[in-house]
Amino acid sequence: MDTNTLDGGFADPVMQSQTAFRAVMDSLANPGTVQALTLGLTPPSSLSPELAAIALTLCDHDTTLWLDRDLATDAVLGWLRFHTSAPITSERAQAQFALTRDPAVLLADFDQGTDLYPDRSTTVALAIQSVSGGKTLTLTGPGIEGSITIAPQGLPEDFLAQWAENGAQFPRGVDLLLVADGQLIGLPRTTRIKEA
Amino acid sequence: MYVAVKGGEAAIANAHALLADRRRGDRSVPALRTEQIIEQLGLAVDRCMAEGSLYDRELAALAILQSRGDLIEAIFLVRAYRTTLPRFGYSRPIDTADMLIERRISATFKDLPGGQLLGPTFDYTHRLLDPSIAQGNDVAEPLTAEADHDRAPRVTDMLGHQGLMEPDLGFNHVPQDEVGDLTREPLQYPLDRDLRLQALARGDEGFLLALGYSTQRGYARSHPFVGEIRIGEVEVELDIPELGFPVSLGRVRVTECQMVNQFKGSSKVPPQFTRGYGLVFGQSERKAMSMSLCDRALRARELGEDITAPAQDEEFVISHLDNVQSTGFVEHLKLPHYVDFQAELDMIRTMHAKHAAENSVQEAAE
Amino acid sequence: MSATPSYNFAYLDEQTKRMIRRAILKAIAIPGYQVPFASREMPMPYGWGTGGVQVTAAIVGPTDVLKVIDQGADDTTNAVSIRAFFAKVANVKTTTHTGDATIIQTRHRIPEKQLQAGQTLVYQVPIPEPLRLLEPRETETRVMHALKEYGLMHVKLYEDIATHGRIATTYGYPVMVEDRYVMSPSPTPKFDNPKMHMSAALQLFGAGREMRIYAVPPFTKVVSLDFEDHPFEIQHFSEPCALCAATGVYLDEVILDDHGGHMFVCSDTDNCEDRRAAGHRGALSGEVLEAAE
Repeated sequence: MDTNTLDGGFADPVMQSQTAFRAVMDSLANPGTVQALTLGLTPPSSLSPELAAIALTLCDHDTTLWLDRDLATDAVLGWLRFHTSAPITSERAQAQFALTRDPAVLLADFDQGTDLYPDRSTTVALAIQSVSGGKTLTLTGPGIEGSITIAPQGLPEDFLAQWAENGAQFPRGVDLLLVADGQLIGLPRTTRIKEA
Repeated sequence: MYVAVKGGEAAIANAHALLADRRRGDRSVPALRTEQIIEQLGLAVDRCMAEGSLYDRELAALAILQSRGDLIEAIFLVRAYRTTLPRFGYSRPIDTADMLIERRISATFKDLPGGQLLGPTFDYTHRLLDPSIAQGNDVAEPLTAEADHDRAPRVTDMLGHQGLMEPDLGFNHVPQDEVGDLTREPLQYPLDRDLRLQALARGDEGFLLALGYSTQRGYARSHPFVGEIRIGEVEVELDIPELGFPVSLGRVRVTECQMVNQFKGSSKVPPQFTRGYGLVFGQSERKAMSMSLCDRALRARELGEDITAPAQDEEFVISHLDNVQSTGFVEHLKLPHYVDFQAELDMIRTMHAKHAAENSVQEAAE
Repeated sequence: MSATPSYNFAYLDEQTKRMIRRAILKAIAIPGYQVPFASREMPMPYGWGTGGVQVTAAIVGPTDVLKVIDQGADDTTNAVSIRAFFAKVANVKTTTHTGDATIIQTRHRIPEKQLQAGQTLVYQVPIPEPLRLLEPRETETRVMHALKEYGLMHVKLYEDIATHGRIATTYGYPVMVEDRYVMSPSPTPKFDNPKMHMSAALQLFGAGREMRIYAVPPFTKVVSLDFEDHPFEIQHFSEPCALCAATGVYLDEVILDDHGGHMFVCSDTDNCEDRRAAGHRGALSGEVLEAAE
């Protein structure tokens, strides 16, 4: 086994996964706020440390994980299998978690949950260029006092249309985690987004 | 001056100390050891393992000792320990046809391959209290014979070969990759039979006994016959992918009951016998038989039978058979409910006042 | 004998924590919807707060400060016991001061002091399904939620009005979350319902025996069900707290003798102590009563 596969995980899994979980929880409970997600992970290069942190914190052999084609190198797959034991799926609609850095990602392709069990939808973690410096977007909805603005860079071009479609089928729909540079913004399906 | 009652750590600590004292009892009487419980109260240990769903005699005996013999409390202790254990994998299905049999009886056939073996049963004892046991009298060694290693085929399989019995896994069985585990995944009704059997195997013996009894008294009559009960040890094996062959983890004692029931047939299937299945850790015929009656009753939906009785109602049976859950929620009523009660008190007083006012208006008018 | 039991940080093993954490995230994403989770057997009985304990154990970290209340009080035996459990298994700092806590686990009350952003309120929930006592079957109630079909609940409340001239539900009073899901607030008195609406704190609900987790994110719409001609109203107490003279708070009635003598004192012990420390005095607080002894 490649030693790189063994290295680069959490140095203190119990405490670090708690820290990472709280960042994810706070990000979804307070959409639009920027949470720190720096845990010193060193995954194989195509996988960002933030995506790695989300996978190691939330995935195990009870969760299916999907990766976009660019991410799914042998090194990354081996590393994720070793550190999470999560079964990797090639079907978007089967995935409980999806890791991607593909700006052409289509949210509607993932598991949207059912009317009876809307919780069974994919949580999509999308690595973008930066959580700031982009076009300003205004968010409203649960978790937000009034409204809040974000300006992420590197979202899909048709993101607003995709997101409106995602929200329109509530309670079904995916939840999105945007990550870049040790930072995280959570967008639960309830968040409404428009250009500022 | 009014001083609010402080529940406090001291009260809890004192209660624990008193509980420990009562558990130990008179110090001049020798303390029980877990080996004594394992050896001499074996059926209590078996129930604790079965409903605690953890096969560990030492821990079950410790739990019985710690719980002062309150078996539901002991089962709870075992469960609370079990839930923290890491899971390494799932064993292969045990093969009860390959059991090292200690007891095996059939009520449907007088003689059958492998024979009938009475084994250690209370069945034909006269229930007369025996003072010699209290005096700790020596017990004679029983007659034993070399274990017969021929496989004893199961009665249901013999009927199955003649086409008179439904297939082992039912008529409409769809093979699954994995068996369910209700301790790892939340239940979603309706359940598949694997999960239902797991729930029944962990279920309260008394609850299942009463429900099984109700099916005999006309609440979901299923015309049961004990095809076979067998008690003995079976091998537990685990597949290790790296090795390519199964590894034996040891042996467990189980009680298996296969109930044979009438089935009037359907448009697709001719009339034949169906199965009710019971399997529990240790020696417990009462539990295994009750479980198989309940299993058969709960198959009503699958077999297209009318659902009319409590024992056939899956949500009702499965939601209420777990004694750790039941005892918790019943007993939690003794926790403080001042706040809710205050809300009700206020409402009742308001309604009282309204009632009195209305009555006095009425009286004045009369 | 098997290996001596040893336990992980916050008691739960990591796999269990991940399972609960995943449920919490989905609960936050679908406010008021009950997420099924594979609740574990805990070392305290079902009914004692196993759901709340599992939620707290899954979120708590070394920098948290934990407060536990039962019936509003920090010193009720079960609150003491749960606080001691976490102090032992997670070595977490505990407090009785609402303002100092990052996580507050509660049974049957919401603290009087307004909660702040960054605080998480964890409710212990016995029956998470608001429709359960009207329809015992999960298979039925799940469809009702999916269809947003809440006629049964309105019929129940309306029957109350027809029979009693008012809605007779006084605790566990159902709420509508974000105009979508009807939710049980747990058996808190309806007095506390308005505090849930647009709260700055995150509210998490754990039902261990019933295996459900649900959530109300901060700044989320939580409206108590009512009718135009019978609007929702909270309880009002005719007298102030006998110890701190507070009004507009929830009070416990304390029986003083067997001739009907009683007094009302704050249910929220921390709030009461704070007020007394600030010099507020009620009719039966120390100085006044000493003469009567």
